[in-house]
Amino acid sequence: MGVVQTDQMVLNIGPQHPSTHGVLRLEVMTDGEIVSQIKPHLGYLHRCFEKHSENVTYEQVIPFTDRCDYLASMNSNFGYVVTMEELMEIKVSDRVEYIRVIMGELNRIASHLLALGVYGLDIGAFTPFLYMLRDRERILDMFEYTCGARLLYNYMWVGGVSHDLPKDFEKICIGFLDYFEPQIEEYNNLLTYNKIFIERTADVGVIPADVAISYGVSGPNLRGSGVNWDVRKDEPYSIYDRFEFDVPIGEGKFGTLGDCFDRYWVRMLEIKESVRILRQALKDLPSGDVHQALPKKIRPPKGSIYRRTESPRGDLGYYIISDGSPIPSRVKMRSPAFTALSCLDEVSKGWMISDVIAILGSLDIVLGEIDR
Amino acid sequence: MTVDFLIDWFSTIGNFPILAFILAVVISGIPLFLFMALNAMVAVYAERKVSAFMMDRIGPMGQGPGLHAGKWGLLQTVADAIKLLVKEDTIPQTSDKLLFKMAPFIIFIGAFLGLAAVPFNSSLQVVDFNVGVFYIIAVGSIGVIGIVMAGWSSNNKWSLYGAMRSAAQIISYEIPAGLSIIIPIMMAGTMNLQTMIQFQSGSIWGILPNWIIFNNPFTFLAFFIFFISAVAETNRTPFDIPEAESELVAGWMTEYSGFRWAVFFLSEYANMFVVSGLAVAGFLGGWQSPIPGMFDSAGWGLFWFMVKVIFLIFLMMWFRWTFPRLRVDQLMHVCWKVFIPIAMFNIFGVGIWKLIIG
Repeated sequence: MGVVQTDQMVLNIGPQHPSTHGVLRLEVMTDGEIVSQIKPHLGYLHRCFEKHSENVTYEQVIPFTDRCDYLASMNSNFGYVVTMEELMEIKVSDRVEYIRVIMGELNRIASHLLALGVYGLDIGAFTPFLYMLRDRERILDMFEYTCGARLLYNYMWVGGVSHDLPKDFEKICIGFLDYFEPQIEEYNNLLTYNKIFIERTADVGVIPADVAISYGVSGPNLRGSGVNWDVRKDEPYSIYDRFEFDVPIGEGKFGTLGDCFDRYWVRMLEIKESVRILRQALKDLPSGDVHQALPKKIRPPKGSIYRRTESPRGDLGYYIISDGSPIPSRVKMRSPAFTALSCLDEVSKGWMISDVIAILGSLDIVLGEIDR
Repeated sequence: MTVDFLIDWFSTIGNFPILAFILAVVISGIPLFLFMALNAMVAVYAERKVSAFMMDRIGPMGQGPGLHAGKWGLLQTVADAIKLLVKEDTIPQTSDKLLFKMAPFIIFIGAFLGLAAVPFNSSLQVVDFNVGVFYIIAVGSIGVIGIVMAGWSSNNKWSLYGAMRSAAQIISYEIPAGLSIIIPIMMAGTMNLQTMIQFQSGSIWGILPNWIIFNNPFTFLAFFIFFISAVAETNRTPFDIPEAESELVAGWMTEYSGFRWAVFFLSEYANMFVVSGLAVAGFLGGWQSPIPGMFDSAGWGLFWFMVKVIFLIFLMMWFRWTFPRLRVDQLMHVCWKVFIPIAMFNIFGVGIWKLIIG
């Protein structure tokens, strides 16, 4: 028998495909099941966020930030208002800061729950996805109770938040946390410690720390590679320096450091840390006003600023140039999911099609944020 | 209702052997087809409900016939069937149309023929082959031809991937399944399913039923290898890589719609029934009662057989809604490096056991 001659085949995964997490198109070169090259094609969800921002006032940018990372709108809002307040040198009241942290961390839990659930779906486990969505639903209910919206909140404004917390919010939130914490163990028993799940994710798609850093990967993906970098800890913004929490990093629990399992596991641990922050924030929540007297039209002083915050997907940076008018001269968003996607080609080479899906899922990309 | 019985009965009326044969086949084939459709309908409903309860949902519900989907959603599968039958039957422009149309029916034939040899009770069996086990294993492999045809003719890369994975998987897992089903054959000394089930009557030490699975440790192990391989042969999770939704969209079924797709579905559930039926007949005593010496009339036999088969089908559904999916190379690893050596060892062990203990 001679050597079997095989040929490369181009396979288009997406833009309509069950597990591209939105409208992403991957042009994959395959030889049988083995993948040799991946070209991601972006732009199917491009909505001109940055150009739009140059034509609306500073406050009107906030709803656009909602629509970028639609799974963690609170954190997108958070980043923008923190940047704006730093540019304008405003100090907001303590209650506002606490509310923002509470909302940001709740949204982080919601976003991670979706990421982990969908990751199970990518690997083929259907049930954990519904368990996690069930619990995410309760967080969305709390958001709805607070600000009326379930997905795109437009909640954090420059100098305050749109609505004060409802009177019994603390009770509801603590009730949720008490219910939710034991659920994490249930997810672990159902999905995380499943032998097949470990086989599929451990040692797969390893991103070494130096590769992750050179591609600018951030957030849980970077921490999965064992790099201890969390903007909340290392460049504290808002009031994150008042809370006690750990930064979970990957340790190669079942395989190599920086594999898909580590990224998954870091997210699972981060949920626990968010619960810790929430408990502290709810305990110390001060009373006060949530609106600050600001002129109708915000006119920041001339100048520019870059500020980064920790969104569930990583370093979410805003670069804002002000020319002194009520309309921003330039708003640039540094998207963590975009940089995470850029390393997909290097990481996925030589793996199988199933693994590419697993690696893509472990990067937890949101196409709204990548395309903006 | 065996075909032989019908042929004999027709020959008492007059001497038309060919006519009698055709009539007998049709008369026994139609109920079998109806059973297959009923099985799929019940199984689809069960799968919806089982998955719903496992996911903390309630599944299809309705207020009563005529509204929504019937009480407790009982009419859901009827609605599903009507939807599938009236749906547009699309055939891709670039497909190989003849193969594309043929493929569902070849898969269907594989499942349908297998059902013909399933022993529902001591007399209810369409054909009582003297090589029943061999027959079911053989016709079970017909389906893979249809799958490869469907995947190739669709002219779609997802279908092609699905078909190739499926072919590799089904052919590989037939080996451990075949090696494990040899063990009941060794124990009972026959390939005839009825004789094999009769061999399993009585009890072990008066407590356990004398089923082959309880006979010795090797048969116990063999049952699990057979059952897991059977799950793989029916392309169910965790071995559903040929139709892996998150990877291959719908695998080899991607381009199919409407009635042709319904035929795939019908065959999948019929296949589940056939492999579970074979596992029950080979290892779990077939239509024998679990309490030795009680409830063993023909009617109870049908009941016990169905209970056991439904339990195994429930297990398959349980797997599906609990486990993630294996990767294609891990699947082959499990088959060739784990199951086949153990199955071979089992044959050896059972041989020694029979030689020493009897």
